[in-house]
Amino acid sequence: MALPFPLSDLLVILPELVLTELALGILLWATVVKRENERVLAWASLASLAITAALIPVAVSFAGTLPRSAFGGMFALDGFGIFFKVLTLVAAAVTILFSLRFVGTSSYPGGEYYALLLFSTVGMLFMASGTHLVSLYIALELMALSQYVLAGYFKRETKSIEAAAKYFVLGAFSSGILLYGLSLVYGATGTLSLAGVSSSLAGSPRSGLLMVGVVLTACGMLFKIASAPFHVWAPDVYEGAPTPVSAFFAVGPKVAAYAIFARIFFAGFGPRADDWAPILAASAALTMVIGNVGALMQKNVKRLLGYSSIGHAGYALLGLLAYKAGGAAGQPESFGLWAVMIYLSAYLLMTFGAFGLIVLLEAKGYASESVDDFNGLWKRNPLAAGAMVVFLLSLAGIPPTAGFVGKYFLFSAALKAGWPLLALLGVLMSAVSLFYYFRIVRAMYFVEGEGEVQWREEPAVAIAVGLCLVGTLAIGVMPQPLVALAKACLLP
Amino acid sequence: MNFLLSLLILLPTAGALAILFLPRDKTGAIKALATGVAGLTFVLSLPLWFARGFRESAGFLFREDLDWIPSLGVRYSLGVDGIAALLILLTTLLSVISIYSSYTAVKTREKEYYVFLLLLETGMIGVFCALDFFLFYVFWEVMLVPMYFLIGVWGGPRKLYAAIKFFLYTLFGSVIMLLAIIALYFFNTTGFLWWKGLGNAPSFDILHFHQIAPLIPADLSLWLFWAFFLGFAIKVPMFPFHTWLPDAHVEAPTAGSVILAGVLLKMGTYGFLRFSLPICPSAASNSRVQTAVVVLSIIGIIYGSLVAMVQKDMKKLVAYSSVAHLGFVMLGLFAFNNAGMQGGVIQSINHGLSTGGLFLLVGIIYERRHTRQIADFGGISQVMPIYATLFMIILLASIGLPLLNGFVGEFTILVGAFLANWIWALFASFGVVLGAAYMLWLYQRVFFGELKHEENKGLEDVNLREVLTIVPLILACLWIGVYPKPFFEMTAPASAKIVAAVENARAAARPVPAAVAAAAPAAIAPAGAVPAEVAPAADVKGH
Repeated sequence: MALPFPLSDLLVILPELVLTELALGILLWATVVKRENERVLAWASLASLAITAALIPVAVSFAGTLPRSAFGGMFALDGFGIFFKVLTLVAAAVTILFSLRFVGTSSYPGGEYYALLLFSTVGMLFMASGTHLVSLYIALELMALSQYVLAGYFKRETKSIEAAAKYFVLGAFSSGILLYGLSLVYGATGTLSLAGVSSSLAGSPRSGLLMVGVVLTACGMLFKIASAPFHVWAPDVYEGAPTPVSAFFAVGPKVAAYAIFARIFFAGFGPRADDWAPILAASAALTMVIGNVGALMQKNVKRLLGYSSIGHAGYALLGLLAYKAGGAAGQPESFGLWAVMIYLSAYLLMTFGAFGLIVLLEAKGYASESVDDFNGLWKRNPLAAGAMVVFLLSLAGIPPTAGFVGKYFLFSAALKAGWPLLALLGVLMSAVSLFYYFRIVRAMYFVEGEGEVQWREEPAVAIAVGLCLVGTLAIGVMPQPLVALAKACLLP
Repeated sequence: MNFLLSLLILLPTAGALAILFLPRDKTGAIKALATGVAGLTFVLSLPLWFARGFRESAGFLFREDLDWIPSLGVRYSLGVDGIAALLILLTTLLSVISIYSSYTAVKTREKEYYVFLLLLETGMIGVFCALDFFLFYVFWEVMLVPMYFLIGVWGGPRKLYAAIKFFLYTLFGSVIMLLAIIALYFFNTTGFLWWKGLGNAPSFDILHFHQIAPLIPADLSLWLFWAFFLGFAIKVPMFPFHTWLPDAHVEAPTAGSVILAGVLLKMGTYGFLRFSLPICPSAASNSRVQTAVVVLSIIGIIYGSLVAMVQKDMKKLVAYSSVAHLGFVMLGLFAFNNAGMQGGVIQSINHGLSTGGLFLLVGIIYERRHTRQIADFGGISQVMPIYATLFMIILLASIGLPLLNGFVGEFTILVGAFLANWIWALFASFGVVLGAAYMLWLYQRVFFGELKHEENKGLEDVNLREVLTIVPLILACLWIGVYPKPFFEMTAPASAKIVAAVENARAAARPVPAAVAAAAPAAIAPAGAVPAEVAPAADVKGH
C-alpha cells in the first residue's frame, strides 16, 4: 500500500510521536502502580519530556535543512516551531514539578493527571509546527480538550468544577467561532495551507467574505490568549483550578496559542496585515486597560495574577500587530515577532516563579490565597520573599529583570510600527501594574504579623522556582543570548 | 585605572551581598562592614576630584566601553565629565555619612537596612556614570527599589502611602522617558512614524546622541524634550510635580531623606543637563519652552518658600525648602548662559550638602524626642549648645549667607537669570528673602525663647558620632563658600559645552542676514574654543 507521504516525514515528527507513545504508556502503567507509589509516574513524565526535548535535535538532523515541510504542507519543522516547542516542554516540566506534592496528597489518582498533561503538551508541540489550518485546529483541540479535563480534574471541589465548566463552554464556543472563521477563509481562498492562503491573499483584492473570516479567526485566537473582549473566563478559571494547573494554564496554552496566532496571521494573513492590525490594536488597548485596572481591585492573589496575565496578553499583542515593523540596520524585518518571542520567554519564567511561590504557600488544599497571606513573609522565609520581589519586579517591567527586556522590545516594536499611542498606553499601564504587584511586596515586607498560611518545604517546587529566578535575572542582566536565539528562530 | 567607575558601582553591591551572609543578630559587624564599604567607596572616588582633565576640557574621562547587547547596540559604557564627577563625590560622601548616622536611629531589621542603602548607592553612582542611554535607564529604575523599601519599612506613620507614591510618581515619569529613548534610537537608525531616520548603526551612545542633536527636526525635538521633561521634572521635582516629595521626605528615615534630598533630586537636574539640553537644544532654546520652564521654576521658588513658612513639622519645612532650592537650580540651568549653568550645578551640590545636613540635624533631635513638631520645642539652645551651633551653620548655608556655599550658588544663578531676563531675577530674589524668613523663624522658635517643655530639659547634646556626621558637611559648605574656584573650574568646561550646544541651536533657528552670518562663528564659538569660563567665579570672589 502506498502512503500519501514519504516515510521520512515520520522522522520529522519523531518528538511528538514518541511523547504520544510515552504518555499512553504512562496511562497504562498508572493502572498497576499503587496509590502511594504514584510519584514514580511523575518522574516518568518528566523523563518523557526530557526524552522529547532530546529528540528535537535528532528530528532536525533527519530533516536535513530547516525549514523542513512534511505531510504535504501540514507540518513544518523550523526554528520558530522549535523555539516554541522548547518553551512548551519547559512549561509542562515545571508544572509537573509543581504538582508532585499536590497530586500526591490529594484523593485523586495521579496517573491520568500526568498523562493528560502530556497529551496537552503533544497538542502544543503540534501547534508550534502546524502550517495548515486543519492541522493547527486539530492540535489546538488536542491541547484544549486535555485541559478542560485538567481544570475539572479535582471533581469533588466545587470551584474546580465551576472552572472546568466555564473553561469548557467558553472554550468550545470560541473553537466554534475559530472554525467558522477558518471555513470562511477557505471559502474565500480555496485553500487551507498557510502558504496557499498567503499567496492567494497577496494576489486578490480585499473581499468581504475574507474579512469576516479573518475577524472571526482573530476572535477565536483572542479568546485563546485571553484578550479583551474575550478575557472574562481567565480570572475565574485561574482562581478555581488547583494552583499548579492555573500556572500551567497561564503559561503553556498561551505560549502555544501565540505561536499559532503568529503563524496564522503572519505566514497566512500577512499580506492583509493592514486590514487586521487595527482589530488587534483595538483589542490590545482594551486588554491592557481591562487587565491592569481589573487587577487593581483583586484581593485573591490568583485572581490578581489572572488579571495581570490578561494585561500581559495585551502587551504581547503589541508585538503581533507590529509584525511589519522593520528593525534597524542589522535587525530583522519582523521586529514585532522577535519581541513577542523574547517576551513570552520572560513571561514563562516570571509567571511560573510567582505561581510556584503560591504553591509553596498554600493554606488548605487550594484556592484560598489572599494577599494578606503574604503578610510578614520576609520574616518567615526571607529567601522566598526576596524571590517574589524579583518576580513581581519582572512582571511590572522594572530592570534588571527579564520582564523589562521583553517589554522594552514590545514597546519599541509598537512605536516602530506606527502605534505610538498604544506604546504610550502600554508604558502607562505597566506603571499602573506596579501598584497592584507591589501590594504583595507591601504585605510581605511592610505588614507585620504571621499569616495563617504555613510555609511548606517542597524541594521540587523550590528547585523549579529557583531556576525561574536565575533565568529571570540572567535574561535581565545578560539578554544577548536569548535575543540572538529568538532572532535566529524568526519566521522567514 | 580604567575600571575605577565599575569598581565604584560594584563595590557597594558587593558589600551588600557580603552583609546578606552575616547573621542577623551581629548588628555591630553589619554596621561596621556597611560603613567600611561606603567609606572605601568614598576614598576610591577621590581620584575623580584630582583628575586634571575635567578642568581642561569638557571631554569624558575614566571611560569604559564593553559590548552588552550587541543585537540592540547597547553598550556598557561609562564615563564622567566634571559635573558628573562632582555629583559622584557628593553621592559617595552622603552615602557614608547617612550610613554612619543610622547606627542608633535604626533599631529594627538592621541587616536589610544597610543592604538597601548600599544597593541604593550602586544605583546612584551608576546613573551619574552611564554614557549609554539603556544602561542609564536601568540604573535610573533600579535605584527606585531600595528607596521604596527604605521608606516603606523604616519610615514614619504614613510610610506605606509615601513609599508607593514615591515609586509610582517617579515610574510614570520614567516610562515616558523610556518611550523618548526608544524614539531617539529609531530616529538614529531607520526612522519611525513620519520621521526619516539617519540610517546609523543601532546605538544608545549618549555622546553620539549629543552629536546628532542638530539633525533632530524641530517637531521631534519638542516631543522628546517634553517626554524627558516629565521624567526629570518629576524627579527634581518642579512645581506641579512636587507633591510626592513632602510625603516621601517626611516619612523616610533620616538617612533616606538625606539621600533623597542630597542625591536623588540631583538626578533630575543632572538629567536636564545631560539629556534634555544637549539632545533637544532646539526645543529647549525655543523661547516659549524656556519661558514655560523658567516660570515653573520661579513658581516653585516662591510657592515652596511660602508653603515652607507655614509648616508645623520641621522635616516638612525642610522638604518644602527643597522645592524652592531646586527651583533656583532649574532657573540657573534654563538661563542658558555660563553663569546660570555653573550656578545651577554648584547649587545642586550645595543643596545636597546643606539640606542633607538639615535632615541629619532634624533626625538627631527626632531620635531624642520622637517628635518633629516645632511647637514641641523652644529654648533648645540652652540644653544643646553644640547642636544649636551646628544647626545654625548649616541653616545659614542653606539661606545663602556670604562665605557659605548657598550664597555662591544663589548669587551666580541670579547673575545668570539677570543676564537672561532681569524680571526673572527680580522674582527669584524674593525667594532668597523668603528663604531667610522661614529658616530664621524656624530657628527662633526651636532654639530661642524659654525652655517651656519639661521633656526638653533633659535633652542630651550631640555625641561625637553625630558631630562627625555633620562636620564634613560644614567643612564642605565653608570650602565652597570661601573658595569656590576649584569647584567652578571643575564644572566650567562641561557647563560651557552645554550652553554652547543650546546657543548654537538658537542661532541656527534664527534667520541670519548674510552680513552677520559671516561674523557669527566668532560670536558663537564651539565649546572647545571657549577658554575655561570661570568668569562667574571671579565675580563671586569680588563681592
